Amino acid sequence: MTVVEGSRSRCCIVGIGQSEYTKWGGIKDRSQFQVTAQAILAALDDAGLRPEDVDGLTSYSNDSNEPHLMQVALGIPKLRVAAMVWGGAGGGTCGSVSLACSAIESGRADVVVAYRGLCQGQARRFGRHGPGRVNGNFVDPFGLMAPPQMLAMIVQRFMHLYPITADHLAEVALNARANANRNPRAVMHGRTLTREDYFAARWIAEPLRLYDCCLETDGAAAVVITSRQRARDAKSRPVEILSAVQGSGPGWGNGALSGHNMPDADYASTGYRTLAPDLFGAAGLAPKDIDVAQIYDHFSGMVLMALEDLGFCGKGESGAFVASGAIRWPDGDLPLNTSGGQLSEAYVHGMNLIVEGVRQMRGTSTSQVKDARTCLVTGGLGVAPSSAIILGRT
Amino acid sequence: MAWFSPDMPRPSPNMDDAGFWEGCAARRLRFQYCAQCATARHPPTPICPACRGTEVRWQEAPAQAEVYTYTVIHYAAHPAVNVRLPYVAAVVTFAGVDGVRLVSNITDCEASAVKIGMPVQLWWDDLGDGMFVPRFAPPGARRSA
Ligand SMILES: [Zn+2]
Repeated sequence: MTVVEGSRSRCCIVGIGQSEYTKWGGIKDRSQFQVTAQAILAALDDAGLRPEDVDGLTSYSNDSNEPHLMQVALGIPKLRVAAMVWGGAGGGTCGSVSLACSAIESGRADVVVAYRGLCQGQARRFGRHGPGRVNGNFVDPFGLMAPPQMLAMIVQRFMHLYPITADHLAEVALNARANANRNPRAVMHGRTLTREDYFAARWIAEPLRLYDCCLETDGAAAVVITSRQRARDAKSRPVEILSAVQGSGPGWGNGALSGHNMPDADYASTGYRTLAPDLFGAAGLAPKDIDVAQIYDHFSGMVLMALEDLGFCGKGESGAFVASGAIRWPDGDLPLNTSGGQLSEAYVHGMNLIVEGVRQMRGTSTSQVKDARTCLVTGGLGVAPSSAIILGRT
Repeated sequence: MAWFSPDMPRPSPNMDDAGFWEGCAARRLRFQYCAQCATARHPPTPICPACRGTEVRWQEAPAQAEVYTYTVIHYAAHPAVNVRLPYVAAVVTFAGVDGVRLVSNITDCEASAVKIGMPVQLWWDDLGDGMFVPRFAPPGARRSA
């Protein structure tokens, strides 16, 4: 693998915006498209920019809020980049930011908004069977129809191969809820979760229980990306994008969300071992240099694997790592998913994790990590292609 | 009668995977191999990832498989699975068929009896209209199979 040392991104996130987050079906007064457009406007306002300044729009995961219609709705006079990264469901979260950086660094755009709108009450619930599954012929007829079922397979084998227990899965869920309880924007802000609640909840797809699975929600979120030079004029504190990567290893296209034919050595993993060297290398950082992380928590067990695949602990050691309190705010070595994440804040296909990463680097999180200078954010785990970024305090 | 309800999504063969489903129609579990370098691959793809050859042959797998991983599914992502809740979806492997895993179901046993590494036996589920899909059960669990 080629790691290009010093190939730091020359871009910043200068604005963040979001809608209200609700349980699926909770946003009834506006269309998903309107909700998304308003999140974009909020992000621009945060940056001190106007739609007239925007010349690029990026997204991922078959976002149905199409950029040319967004251009019409927002009155963007000239669009120079309208692009979406391929596939991978939430895997493209940080890929949309990486794409924006590529456009800006190559001079093809100046101000790019990466966005995602997802109102499952208006589209469809992701926990249910839906059309267009990759290699659907090889999963649908067997009742393997939705991500919690598909990724439960990987978690099951992970727990078979390594000393990972239900208590370790619970710790990921309980941590997310504790953080959400401090975050008024979180769907689960007012709802506490105890270990007893966790174990009393129903099975979804073993070994995943209800609280191991992300929420099904309505909401939208957006971030504004521009050059470091232009970021100096931003209204809010800019946050540097130290590294942005997208990609996948061999076989993952036929991986967990398809026929489960990724390489054996990689099966019980997130696929992020392929991305990690470039992610850290380009930023000139190591895992020990990361102060806080937002790791895509569609399912608790996948977060444990990611801690290993990204090098925060060794293979099979993530259970002991979380049991030690390492991911807990405020005293853990690596406070994790500080907004409540997708288990307890909202499931905006990971875009809300990037927004929280920016808050941490600005010092405005409701679970603010003291003196945090770096934040790692991932896209969807166990999918292909996937993506990640490292953000830095300016 | 099919194992799930009749409204269960059926395979809809396409140009790339038709060979697999033709095998199933004849109740033969055949995987795609590169005719040039003999690499097995699944799900079917039109080009060999090892040598980029396009010629393929279809070779029958053993009827005995092993559970590589599984999940016990407790909710209905589709109404057609209601009759089987909770049911076991599994990934199985075959001795001598390297690099191939198949998603299927483990039937005819308690869900709690399913373990990684357990041997299972192929049986064919008749979906009607000439379509069969492979499912698996503990050896001897299906007397009529
Ligand atoms: Zn070949």
